Amino acid sequence: MRGVLKLLAKPFTDTVGLARWMLVIGVVITAAFIVCAVFAPWLAPYGFAQSAVDGTRFPKAGAPSGEHWFGTDRLFFDVLSRVIWGARTAIEVVILSILFCVVIGVPLGLVSGYFGGWPDRILVLVMDAIFAFPSFLLAIVFSFLLTGLFGGSVLAVALSLTAIYIPQYFRVVRNTTVSAKEATYVEAARAIGASDGVIMRRYLFGNVVQSVPVLATLNAADAILTLAGLGFLGLGIQSTDAAEWGHDLNRALADAGAGIWWTGLYPGLAIVLLVTGLTLVGEGLNETLNPTLRRRRLLPVVMPARESTTEEAR
Amino acid sequence: MTRSASGSLPQYVLQRVLLVIPMIWVILTLVFVVLRVAPGDPVSAALGGRLNAEALEQRREALGLNEPLIHQYWDYLSSVFRLDFGTTFSDNQPVLHVIRDNGGATLSLTLASFVVALVVGIPLGMVAGRYRDSVGDVVIRLFGILSYAAPIFFIGFLLQVYVAQPLGLPTSGMASPITVFTVQPVTHILLIDVFLSGDATAIGDVLEHLLLPALTLGLLICGVFIRLVRVNILQTTQADYVEAAEARGISRGRVTRKHAFRNALVPVITVIGLQFALLLGGAVLTESTFNWPGLGQKLVEYINDRDYGAVQGIITIFAVAVVLISLLVDIVNALVDPRVRY
Repeated sequence: MRGVLKLLAKPFTDTVGLARWMLVIGVVITAAFIVCAVFAPWLAPYGFAQSAVDGTRFPKAGAPSGEHWFGTDRLFFDVLSRVIWGARTAIEVVILSILFCVVIGVPLGLVSGYFGGWPDRILVLVMDAIFAFPSFLLAIVFSFLLTGLFGGSVLAVALSLTAIYIPQYFRVVRNTTVSAKEATYVEAARAIGASDGVIMRRYLFGNVVQSVPVLATLNAADAILTLAGLGFLGLGIQSTDAAEWGHDLNRALADAGAGIWWTGLYPGLAIVLLVTGLTLVGEGLNETLNPTLRRRRLLPVVMPARESTTEEAR
Repeated sequence: MTRSASGSLPQYVLQRVLLVIPMIWVILTLVFVVLRVAPGDPVSAALGGRLNAEALEQRREALGLNEPLIHQYWDYLSSVFRLDFGTTFSDNQPVLHVIRDNGGATLSLTLASFVVALVVGIPLGMVAGRYRDSVGDVVIRLFGILSYAAPIFFIGFLLQVYVAQPLGLPTSGMASPITVFTVQPVTHILLIDVFLSGDATAIGDVLEHLLLPALTLGLLICGVFIRLVRVNILQTTQADYVEAAEARGISRGRVTRKHAFRNALVPVITVIGLQFALLLGGAVLTESTFNWPGLGQKLVEYINDRDYGAVQGIITIFAVAVVLISLLVDIVNALVDPRVRY
């Protein structure tokens, strides 16, 4: 337990000044959104698709007031509630897609890099091709396919995001595996008779997953934007199934000309804040883990008193 | 890569060109597979309800959709090599015509936003890298992160509410109907045609329409440039030759400008190539936000119509464009920096 705490605290204790502040602020923002996501039913004043309370309709596109802090939109929905419920949708989609990416991408990269040969070459070619393609367009194509299969659900969107981020995990893990498998400790393991499976699990795995946390955090930030983008184009989650910030912004755009700012401002700010928080965490981690950028905290060195010189001076 | 193959520029270019072929093949196959495993019949999805069963069957036959998949696959690949990108299902016109009519709008938007991004991003990145950890650095980095963190359509929304409305700027389309009507189409790219016409009011009208979309899309990529230039300046200012230059008594500012900056620019060229992919994705959203009549807008329309032919054709063209641009960038990079060729 203490070891885990120490490991978690390491990025904080290792950094100094600005990098540390960025990390702290990032963690606080991200944590706040996770709290919103988990406790949405208790935190949100109304449901995300609720347009009336006790039989009285909410005002249509009503300005922010005591009843509705962030106002209401054209569908009579309460904007504050939709912003809070939106956090749940966003976090759900991101966690699912990162989970799929890690569960599929990491073992695939490990095995492919370890055994090499023609399957490895083909995988590298396919992954490079996917990576070279504009990721947002790819997400559009995949969601076109997957919403056809699963409807506009959280799962469909999470899977389209998985498809576009997997190549990064594959590349990182594969390339580290290729260089790590030649290391002396792997040779030693093989010499004492460890099987390929054991070498991959016990020896290589721990060494090749080091860069995955940074990648996952930065991808999470990007995933929020992609999710919102798909929602904005009407290709993501439908607004009656769940609250989704991007889709709400799309509906808000129609009101921009009429000077109705509250329907777009708050969901937009939510996206910006969450993405900023995740990016700060990712950058902070990167600054501690990437040796070319790292600036370690200098420990104060206490010099022994210079006795001899004072005696000579005397 | 063998040692004998490295070093000479023509050989590098040849190698790089040969690598493009499997790349394009993989992407085309991926697009084909993804769009064909989608459930449902593409023709009735696009046209169902508008044509009777017999006409639908005829259309299906004409499009070759009744043939075995492997034939369709071969037809698709060979027609792409003949630069034929198929026809749309819903309005039955060649995809190339869609490209001709809407590609110009996308091109002018992306180029204009690149200009915005470079003009804003590079100087800010230099300042942030040069004065690391100063207040300016913090502010600029925050701006960089925010410009990346804010979705395009949110920036577009804010600009529409807080800038366009008070100033009376247009927020929809490429030009007023009167301009579109009067300008002679020469190149099918309105931005060029309007300058060819030399009509000052029309030029003003087009530029006015371009301002907000270009700013929106430009801000997205400028964040990337800020980060990149900053990190590269940081890394190059730690290099030995910079220290050597400083030791010779050259001032800090001059070292940054004359020594560090030039080397910090090489990755920027690479990233311009990579950004092109991001830019295309961003263009789709910008076009949607500002009702810009480009390819992205068209793509979204066709997707909502579930028009497989059009989606396949447009995505194919995007894919080929991205691969060719990355090829171009690599070649330019090899010209600028001999180390790349090894």
